[in-house]
Amino acid sequence: MQDKDLNVIIATDCGSTTTKAILIEKKGDTYRQTFRGEAPTTVEAPFEDVTRGVLNAITEVEELSGRKILENEKVITPNNGNTGVDVYVSTSSAGGGLQMMVAGAVKAMTGESAQRCALGAGAIVMDVLASNDGRADHEKIERIRQLRPDMILLSGGTDGGTVNHVVELANFIKAADPKPRLGASYKLPVIYAGNNKAHPQINEILGSRTALIITENLRPILERENLMPARHKIHDIFLEHVMQQAPGYPKLMKMVGAPIMPTPAAVGLMTEKFARANNYNVLAVDIGGATTDVFSVFSEIFNRTVSANLGMSYSVSNVMAEAGVPNIMRWLPFRIEEQEVRNRLKNKMIRPTTIPQTQEDLQVEHAVAREALRLALDQHKALAVGLKGVQQERSISDAFEQTASGQSLINMMNLNYVIGSGGILAHSPRRIQSALMMIDSYQLEGVTMLAVDSIFMMPHLGVLAQINEKASLDVFYNDCLIKLGTNISPKGLAKEGEKILEWEIKAASGSQSGELRFGEIFSVPLKDDKAEIILKPAKGFDVGAGKGAKHEAKIQGGTVGVIFDGRGRPLELPKAENKRVECLEKWYKKLDMYP
Amino acid sequence: MAHAYSPGLKVVPLMVLRKRRMLPIPGKVLYEKGKEVDALDIVAQTELPGKVFSVNIANRLGIEASEVRNFMLKKEGDPVKKGEIIAETKPFLGLSIFKSSVESPITGTLESVSEITGQVLFREPPKVLPLQAYVKGKIVEVEEKFGVVVETEGTFIQGIFGIGGETNGEIKIAVDGPDVDLKPEDIKEEYKGKIIVGGRHAGLDAIKKAIKIGVNAVVVGGIHDKDLREILGYDIGVAVTGTEKIGITLVVTEGFGHIPMAEYTFKLLKSREGEKASVSGATQIRAGVMRPEIIIPGSPDKNLKRKEESRGWIEIGDQVRIIREPHFGIIGTVTALPPELQSIATESHVRVLEVKLEKGDKIVIPRANVEIVEK
Repeated sequence: MQDKDLNVIIATDCGSTTTKAILIEKKGDTYRQTFRGEAPTTVEAPFEDVTRGVLNAITEVEELSGRKILENEKVITPNNGNTGVDVYVSTSSAGGGLQMMVAGAVKAMTGESAQRCALGAGAIVMDVLASNDGRADHEKIERIRQLRPDMILLSGGTDGGTVNHVVELANFIKAADPKPRLGASYKLPVIYAGNNKAHPQINEILGSRTALIITENLRPILERENLMPARHKIHDIFLEHVMQQAPGYPKLMKMVGAPIMPTPAAVGLMTEKFARANNYNVLAVDIGGATTDVFSVFSEIFNRTVSANLGMSYSVSNVMAEAGVPNIMRWLPFRIEEQEVRNRLKNKMIRPTTIPQTQEDLQVEHAVAREALRLALDQHKALAVGLKGVQQERSISDAFEQTASGQSLINMMNLNYVIGSGGILAHSPRRIQSALMMIDSYQLEGVTMLAVDSIFMMPHLGVLAQINEKASLDVFYNDCLIKLGTNISPKGLAKEGEKILEWEIKAASGSQSGELRFGEIFSVPLKDDKAEIILKPAKGFDVGAGKGAKHEAKIQGGTVGVIFDGRGRPLELPKAENKRVECLEKWYKKLDMYP
Repeated sequence: MAHAYSPGLKVVPLMVLRKRRMLPIPGKVLYEKGKEVDALDIVAQTELPGKVFSVNIANRLGIEASEVRNFMLKKEGDPVKKGEIIAETKPFLGLSIFKSSVESPITGTLESVSEITGQVLFREPPKVLPLQAYVKGKIVEVEEKFGVVVETEGTFIQGIFGIGGETNGEIKIAVDGPDVDLKPEDIKEEYKGKIIVGGRHAGLDAIKKAIKIGVNAVVVGGIHDKDLREILGYDIGVAVTGTEKIGITLVVTEGFGHIPMAEYTFKLLKSREGEKASVSGATQIRAGVMRPEIIIPGSPDKNLKRKEESRGWIEIGDQVRIIREPHFGIIGTVTALPPELQSIATESHVRVLEVKLEKGDKIVIPRANVEIVEK
């Protein structure tokens, strides 16, 4: 589509919890985002139709902008005066997280490998079926039907070995005739990663009944796991088929003027464009209700992971289960009973679209977000390896330990830029809250620039880039990316109060300098887009040039400024509750985090 | 905006419901279309082949495999009892101390004898897998070999969260009101096999007592997550429940904590006290949501009309329940729906509505934090 044809664009992103609509209009030569509306995503009863939430969100844009966009529940095109738009585009992740069943011949062997494979791909494993799991045949079939998994990973047998067990498991899956939870518009994906000798039989049994994908055996010989090929398949299939699907999805497909993109694909595209244009190592995160998506570009290699079990609404209780309640509570600057925290998070799980209404409740959500971000990055680090499918020999003794294959590309000291997106980071009432959530959960090291997605529109811009790159990039730089500033975290440990850094900032607006002591954190205002910083760390501390070595770097200012984080790396919070609460109170107050 | 969307749980005095009841593997459907069934009636069943057990007779008797048949006391197809002697050697020189024998490991049938391996196979009797109707109603569809669809008309109440599978029983109100906690002493021996309705909260002791007595299901306003963990032995990550084997089905109508059961839900359940209900705790909170349910066939009041399809959005005058701190669980009436964003205590700018509480005071809360109380 030519630029001249596009003057008014409406774009939506259907998340698992909220549907967001933005209006983009051409003002002179530049595209700008002008109005925004949002509404709860309508995948639940009574509607069970994602387009209802879309219409509600667009209606909000209509009311705020005064532009008539809808007629008889259809988007009016093209734009004419104050009516209609030139194109409607959308992304979707309304299908929510990835909930899988895995099946392996022997529960303690291939069953466990398959489970590790799915967990590593960011899925929730609902059950592990195995030939020897002690359940009768009909119980296995009943279980598959009852759980309505999004995907099944079938494995079993070493390459060339006996095929009986995997064939038997395939027959159970066929007999269960599992239906995807979101209706019959597509076939249930089954990934086969077992004995290669059984390919013909598996194809015959499941080929026509399911969307069968055959990949390399995840345990080709007993002593070796090869989880990467199946993990990448799970990931791809999730993005392509499961995540964007939701009740009413076919209706949405008819409404849009360009193919619907899965939300992570769209956000990934924008991250990649940004990293390449600026030659940065970038880490971007989109923390949603059901999933947390992490994107990185390190040494020009792009990686994307979707942690389908970590999020702030549907998956909030899973964050609690995985991180543990004490890990969440360690970020709270007040005392609260564990029972109270548990009940609050469970209430969010059962009513995922509610929002915090008190300061205390907001701080609980920020604490959960830190843990979700931390766990999602751990998962990303494990999957973001240089060569996909690097295999690792396993001896019988270490066959059950979960270790990543290959060396992770993610190195926090080499990271130049972090972008936060998703409801909790984009909509935090104070930008410093988003900044500290990212600093705490990622334990940033050295010099790192920070930004957030202003009102959560990276998905919309990603899908728009497919049809009009200029419009997408105009809005990205002018309206989407809110520069927070730069974080400085010397790596090392010392005694409280010890001087660990001398710093000097040179900017067009003027110079400032000072020092940083161990255990303190503060920010200095800096609005300039570009500035230089000279850092002289104490012996034993590293800010990017090695221990005790002077480091000069280009930085950016922003709404927060420059944060000096002297809390040490690795960051260790005091163990005693009183001391911990006192520290958090002091830090949050110093940064003016909450009213 | 004239209205705001809000999902709500169904609490409906009278509506038509359909339940699909299918066997996991093919079997026999026992009812025809049009027949009436009770909740506990078996609508379809299938036979599962019995388990196979093997005994190597040749090894046990110290004989050649090819000779096995000569020492067998039973032949293929014969019924056998556990402990019954099925093969033995002849006494050596008339001395019974040299006589050895083999007993059947199970009660069932002797299936085969191999003269190549010396192995004898036994099979337990087939196991019948029955499928109950779950709700009282009429068969409106039959799927040959697999099952039926049962249609019923009655009271339908959805909970917000549950655990445990399908069960049935008579409704018994165990507390005086919707804001009263269900205590262990409220649960009496005669509640065995019943569906008991608590009010505000059921603690671990009360739930344990209900399990001990043999109560089939507890329906209550709130529970503590800590108690849930104690009962299950693990933390629920994602809400996909219904197969827990804890000896009881639990339906939570409001949420976690001390939350009075909505008065309307309590009154409706009370109006059906003594009647038989079908209850399931199965919950799946994700796209394609599934909530726990209580179905009570029959009408609570002959004058009551069937519920129209729910409207699904909020209008001024609607009764709503607040579903987030600090007013969690409180019910009020919507008095205004201002279109512009407003700042709340967290400093967030959100869409709000004004709610008049029962005592007359008005509060402003985010629209996302209410749900319609459906009637």
